[in-house]
Amino acid sequence: MQGLMPDHVATLAIDGSYLLVAFLFIMGLKAMSSPVKARRGIVVAGAGMLIGTVMSFLYPGMGNFALMLAAIAIGGGLACWSGRIVAMTDMPQMIALYNGMGGGAAAAIAAVELLRMAAAQPEAAAAHGPVVTALAAAGAFIGSVSFSGSLIAFGKLQGLIKRSFRFQGQQVVNLVIVAATLAIGASLVLTAHSAMQTVVLFFALALALGITMTLPIGGADMPVVISLYNAFTGLAVAFEGFVLENAAMIIAGIVVGSAGTLLTQLMAKAMNRSLGNVLFSGFGEGPVAATEGVSGALKPIEASDAGVMMAFAQKVIVIPGYGMAVAQAQHKVWELCQLLIDKGVMLRFAIHPVAGRMPGHMNVLLAEAGVPYDLISDLDEINAEFETADVALVIGANDVVNPVARTDKGSPIYGMPILNADKARNVLVVKRGQGAGFSGIENHLFYLDNTRMVYGDAQKVAAELIHAIKAIG
Amino acid sequence: MEGVIALYIVMLAAFAGYEVIARVPVILHTPLMSGSNFVHGIVLVGAMVALGRADTLPEQIIGFIGVVLGAGNAVGGYVVTERMLQMFKASGQKKKESA
Repeated sequence: MQGLMPDHVATLAIDGSYLLVAFLFIMGLKAMSSPVKARRGIVVAGAGMLIGTVMSFLYPGMGNFALMLAAIAIGGGLACWSGRIVAMTDMPQMIALYNGMGGGAAAAIAAVELLRMAAAQPEAAAAHGPVVTALAAAGAFIGSVSFSGSLIAFGKLQGLIKRSFRFQGQQVVNLVIVAATLAIGASLVLTAHSAMQTVVLFFALALALGITMTLPIGGADMPVVISLYNAFTGLAVAFEGFVLENAAMIIAGIVVGSAGTLLTQLMAKAMNRSLGNVLFSGFGEGPVAATEGVSGALKPIEASDAGVMMAFAQKVIVIPGYGMAVAQAQHKVWELCQLLIDKGVMLRFAIHPVAGRMPGHMNVLLAEAGVPYDLISDLDEINAEFETADVALVIGANDVVNPVARTDKGSPIYGMPILNADKARNVLVVKRGQGAGFSGIENHLFYLDNTRMVYGDAQKVAAELIHAIKAIG
Repeated sequence: MEGVIALYIVMLAAFAGYEVIARVPVILHTPLMSGSNFVHGIVLVGAMVALGRADTLPEQIIGFIGVVLGAGNAVGGYVVTERMLQMFKASGQKKKESA
């Protein structure tokens, strides 16, 4: 295959462009750490991706260009279309899907390389020592787990897989699969000419592990798992980068691997769950421990009275939960808040790290509705302010404001950081019905003397509150 | 690539990744996860090389799947991240735009 330029010039140009790619990626990710510059960050990283992709066509000795262009058009086209139409509420599962695709791609690279070694083509056999084979196999293993696991996570969050599959001895089965995969992987590394069936079995087992690992995990824990698979894919990409001697893949993969690991830990911590706990046990698996009884009664209030209460408040803190997003009420809620701000009320949004389906997801949903990010505070910033707030308005949130997390050691959510809504002078809870929350735990906040319940669909209640406040004039 | 040099690269890249993420505010966690998901879409270039060097039919098929998946990772990751980040605005920003 005759390239556009001499081989050594092409290689130099590619290496130079990869240096630029790595620089742009890191600068892009860094810019993403501030809301002001974040948009610029993704554009910078995108430019890096474009440069890397275009330059990679220059690799000496490559063929199959028609196939390559067709594959890019198919994959890129489908992803572009799906990425544009997906609703903001469905963002977590889309991230899982694209992440799984990356893991699959890394596994595919490994498969091609391992097949070439199995076929013992002279140039492949000479180029690859046992270390390179081991890295290829490790990337194949991690990438395959990330691929099938992410697809299961997507299926669960999208509602395609309804229940969590658990059976006795599940951990043992997983352990057996891990051991078998590692054993076969070791044999791939140690034997120079592995049979093709061995390679196929290796991938089949790794893919199966991703499925059996992810199926028992409940929807609430899924963000942690998606984040973990994100880090996995990064590592798999880096390993395959070693195999292909591709510096851009090594750097990008390792950066994502380490960033993803940190992000996973931050998420698990915010949810009061250890990573091991998420992976190896289902939420609320054991019998629910005896919890303190609830005293008092639920006290309903009409939306019109609640509106008056807020209109004459000095400081209102709004606590949105996923229930608000499900009711698609964020636009109405923001309309309500703008009305209060115009009346001179000091207004803040308080976001719990696990509000929404993923840390930061609620911020995206509020941003979509047009809420400026400087009105939004996270748990550490806002918790001290509840004591001076006249009204805490809880919309579609439940467990994240349940004071038993502070007080009741028998409760499954004991120790989870919560928003101190109970410290506000008045608490208004917008809730669809009288049932318990996502985790099935009674919320003691709802029974407090200073709490009033506004029953109804979040969007409808917000509209009624707006009406009530406008009626005051 | 020289093994030791590669290890240096790994170590420095790991520090870079950790440092870059460590200062990210919680409000950006979802877009950031999506952004880092986009960054490992660079796997696309590896898949292109794998497909470009494939000469048997099974290799071509797997390579083709790899490029489809890699392109999906890169393009999808970019589109959703950009969509999320362009919505983040400060209080003053809207007024400035309309003025």
